[in-house]
Amino acid sequence: MVSIAEPVAKPASRYRFLMDRREVLGSFLVAPAVLYVLLLVGVPFLLAVYYSVSAYTIYDPSWRFVGLANFAQILRNPVFLQTLGNTFLFTFGSQALGLVLGKFGAFLLLRPFPGRKIVRALIVLPWVVPIALATVAWQWMFDSLYSVINWTMIALGVLTREDAPNWLGTPHLAMLCIIVVNAWRFFPFAIVIFLAGITSVPQDVIDAATVDGAGFWRRNYQIIMPMIFPIVAIGLIFGIVFTFTDLSIVLLLTNGGPVGSTSVLGFEGFQVGIVSGDVSHGAAISLFMLPVLFIVVIGMLRFIRRRDI
Amino acid sequence: MAAVLARDIIKKFGEVPAVNGITLSVPDGEFMVLLGPSGCGKTTFLRIICGLEQQTSGDLVIGGNLVNDIPPRARGVAMMFQSYGLYPHYSVRKNIGFPLRTQGLPGSQIEKKVEWASQLLGIGHLLDRRPRQLSGGERQRVALARALVREPTALLLDEPLSNLDAKLRASARQEIKHFQQRVGVTTIYVTHDQVEAMGMGDRIAVIDHGRIRQLGTPTEIYDDPADLFVATFVGAPPMNLIRHNGGYLGFRPENFLPREMVANGGYTEFSFRVDRSEYLGSERIVYGEIEGAETTQAITAKLPPAHVADESIRPGEWHPYAVRNSALRYFDKDGKRTSRH
Repeated sequence: MVSIAEPVAKPASRYRFLMDRREVLGSFLVAPAVLYVLLLVGVPFLLAVYYSVSAYTIYDPSWRFVGLANFAQILRNPVFLQTLGNTFLFTFGSQALGLVLGKFGAFLLLRPFPGRKIVRALIVLPWVVPIALATVAWQWMFDSLYSVINWTMIALGVLTREDAPNWLGTPHLAMLCIIVVNAWRFFPFAIVIFLAGITSVPQDVIDAATVDGAGFWRRNYQIIMPMIFPIVAIGLIFGIVFTFTDLSIVLLLTNGGPVGSTSVLGFEGFQVGIVSGDVSHGAAISLFMLPVLFIVVIGMLRFIRRRDI
Repeated sequence: MAAVLARDIIKKFGEVPAVNGITLSVPDGEFMVLLGPSGCGKTTFLRIICGLEQQTSGDLVIGGNLVNDIPPRARGVAMMFQSYGLYPHYSVRKNIGFPLRTQGLPGSQIEKKVEWASQLLGIGHLLDRRPRQLSGGERQRVALARALVREPTALLLDEPLSNLDAKLRASARQEIKHFQQRVGVTTIYVTHDQVEAMGMGDRIAVIDHGRIRQLGTPTEIYDDPADLFVATFVGAPPMNLIRHNGGYLGFRPENFLPREMVANGGYTEFSFRVDRSEYLGSERIVYGEIEGAETTQAITAKLPPAHVADESIRPGEWHPYAVRNSALRYFDKDGKRTSRH
């Protein structure tokens, strides 16, 4: 008969299985994200809020509280009001254009054709190319002397050299240019969103609509579009938020000009607060984006929830 | 309502024929079942009828009109899909009304017809719900109502009961058959379930590898299978087959009984060794082998438990079993039905 040795009773440490406890492990894993948000988003945000109600400039770094005086001043400034209008035009113009291009692109890429995988890979390029690099290329295309667009149109005989447009030097054309460049940057993202949405619609539903007598347009606008609307809306919210707060394209392509016609909120806040050193007014301009975006996002999310399927 | 006529329909995907020459005539008002294993081409054939697929060759005539080049929306047929294909963003009311809206009917008329279809299927109380708020059985009725609402020339059903649980399936079978008779619409019903086929079809077309193996009433299909495929595909357990004179001899398990239970008259006797038996309440399935017979599968007998003596199913022993001669079926070496060897 084999005798089994009595195991030596070792008092288990009460912390031995600490990480097995949900609340401990959970807090441990979430901590970095919470710290990140608090330190890198929360603190600067509160700082900006304080700057916007103070008289802080880099020449006079006082923390003197001035209430809403900064906001009152910028609202009376016609340059700011123009900037605000530009921002809306820029944001919604480029999103609308990007969505239309995205939908076309998605439909083209849905059908199988030779080389589709390569085209799918290439089409995300505008999205992944660094914006500074891409903008330089666009700058050449819109250049007052060497514009590729003008050169082509002159060569085709559509234009003469005398009435070739100065793309970035004419207020309305400059606005059109930054809208086009931003739409060009956004549309690969829109394609991805539309592709994801359209492929998620069950084939049975589309077939049922076909047999029920729906042609191409009705299938599209009464069945597919409403079904993928929530996905598209999420993409659109991202697009709006990023565009509304963006300053890179304007800074690199037009520098806000000519005469402020392409200045947007992010750019204006940067100019006033950082370049000119008027931190308190810069903060007030930047914070102006917050309630606007807040309303847009809440509105869209509510709309999606109401359409919930 | 209209007759559907398919003439030598062939559909190839690349080189592979999914439908390999089907000719089928469904008269006005008939309930036709297409029965076959999965991948046999029955769903493809159905999709050709409604126009979702274009046949490689062959003619399709619906209500006297050649519809080969007519798009689905102009064929006037309705189809109900396996997963129903309800529009999730529409209420039940708008779902049912959709086929009418595509025809551009005025709103008041749509309302009236939706009312009629929902009454017919007893879903009047669900009209303002969304599909996701419905149970499986309710969704199935909504899909049926949507198919019926425009009074289609033909109603095509693609495995409509496969998403329901067993109990619901039995009552849904009853219901579909019942209202099909009431409405009198020409119906083509695809299924792999022989119980559905036998229970609902006026006629059944048994399909395998893109061809019709046999077309007939449920009785003809069951009692007089045209070949070995039909004999073994229809019936549970399938027909018993034993090698015989270079061909096959077949008989249904319920005709294979202890000899004393076979009524006097002509019968053929076999020595049957019982391996095991299953008691299923209303019946007892006995598995075993027949002395000297060459078979590929176990021989089965389906017995009424109340009338069977225990000693005639005792495992491991040889028992005298018999089949009435009128219940014997003969097949040649290619599996085709013959009268006698």
